[in-house]
Amino acid sequence: MATFKLGKMVMSSLFKKPATLMYPVIPRQWQERTRGHIENKIEDCIYCGICQRKCPTSAIVVDRAKRSWEIARMKCIQCSCCVEVCPKKCLTNENTYTTPSTEKIVDTYVGPAPEPKPEVKAEPKPEGKAESKEEPKAAGEKAE
Amino acid sequence: MGKRTIIPFGPQHPVLPEPVHLDLVIEDEKVVEAIPSIGFIHRGLEKLVEKKEYTELVYVIERICGICSFGHGWGYCHTIEGLMNIDVPERANYLRTIWHELSRVHSHMLWLGLLADGFGFEALFMHCWRLRERVLDLFEKTTGGRVIFSVCKVGGVRKDIDKETLDEMVNVLRGMEKELKELTDTFLQDYSVKNRLVGIGYLSEQDAAELCAVGPMARASGLRQDIRLTGNGVYEKLGFEPVVETGGDCYARTVVRIREVYQSIDLIAKAVEQIPDGEIAAVVKGNPPKGEFITRLEQPRGEAFYYSKGADSKFLERIRVRTPTNMNIPAMVKCLQGCDLADVPMVVLTIDPCISCTER
Repeated sequence: MATFKLGKMVMSSLFKKPATLMYPVIPRQWQERTRGHIENKIEDCIYCGICQRKCPTSAIVVDRAKRSWEIARMKCIQCSCCVEVCPKKCLTNENTYTTPSTEKIVDTYVGPAPEPKPEVKAEPKPEGKAESKEEPKAAGEKAE
Repeated sequence: MGKRTIIPFGPQHPVLPEPVHLDLVIEDEKVVEAIPSIGFIHRGLEKLVEKKEYTELVYVIERICGICSFGHGWGYCHTIEGLMNIDVPERANYLRTIWHELSRVHSHMLWLGLLADGFGFEALFMHCWRLRERVLDLFEKTTGGRVIFSVCKVGGVRKDIDKETLDEMVNVLRGMEKELKELTDTFLQDYSVKNRLVGIGYLSEQDAAELCAVGPMARASGLRQDIRLTGNGVYEKLGFEPVVETGGDCYARTVVRIREVYQSIDLIAKAVEQIPDGEIAAVVKGNPPKGEFITRLEQPRGEAFYYSKGADSKFLERIRVRTPTNMNIPAMVKCLQGCDLADVPMVVLTIDPCISCTER
């Protein structure tokens, strides 16, 4: 039977750097595929809410009226399910973790002001018949 | 006959990573009987089948356990694929096998560290876990997660691994083997380690068979029992042959797990050589029909059992997972009878208890 079998490894590790990293102080190297946190390129988002429905932990709340997209960082499990189902591919899984926190962070992304107004103006392309019909519609939309 | 005393062991105990409680009936420092009780961390994950669609349920099932996460995902996906008659592409099967064997390497190395910690060899514990870190880095590189991989889906896998990364994976594992040799020599030959393991917690082959022991616990008692022999994954093509020892004691269980680490590395190398090109996931349409499907899978701790019952809707009617620790508890109780009180932690550790798996 042998004793001090681990001696060589223990002695050599005396002269090596620590195997651990002082993580938040010294940044770690991220892999390309690391599932760190979800980001939303809000300009491309159409607020369809598929990500909200498919999220296994209900971490995402989408509000079309307010044009906001919220994610509860502590609920999110970084499964990338929302990234896969997003029709506009505006969601990405970035490879860095969110900063450590003691509170339940909710990140809100608010999209730019809606653009349909110029579209409404541009809409009356078919002239003649359309003009009379569209005017009350446009008025109705505004009233809503 | 000495005086009998009952000593509670757990649910909080330095050697237990997870809560299990044992009432030890002691007579002159010898254990006469051990009465186990579990139920401290039941989370009700199986109930979530009513709220999550069958595709989303993979994320839940994977979170049953942090160590055998990939295997749980695979087992569940296999039941759904069976229900819906989906043919999984060959490449996906190979990738699943590679990740599953990688899980076994990291699970066994974690266990070796815990065992070293259990018998008070801190340096060995630290070095086991330092080496295990390289496997976790491989996981992060290929799947994006270190512990929970979210890479298995119904019909195949989510992510492919390119040729360079596969070769790098084998290189890292081969490089690790040299250092691992030093560690495992310590486990197998060191005087003080053998003193703590040899002849402790003996389980005969007949007892192992009668008490339905599974995994390394059964194989260390001489039972040639491994679900990888039954044709799950691509193990047949890799020429798999289970590791069997006949000692039946804590030392034999350690030897089985150590040999399985090397075997898994060889299996991964073979799989990387053979892996075909092609699709990584089959197209899945519709919902699981009415019916039931059962599958079994060899997890690092032993045979796990998965059951799904479809209801012709996007929600399944029932799922059930039976984990290896559940099966090994009777064998553990048998091993504990007659051993010294000081050896109880060793015997409890050598079944590799995973209580959060067992209670879900």
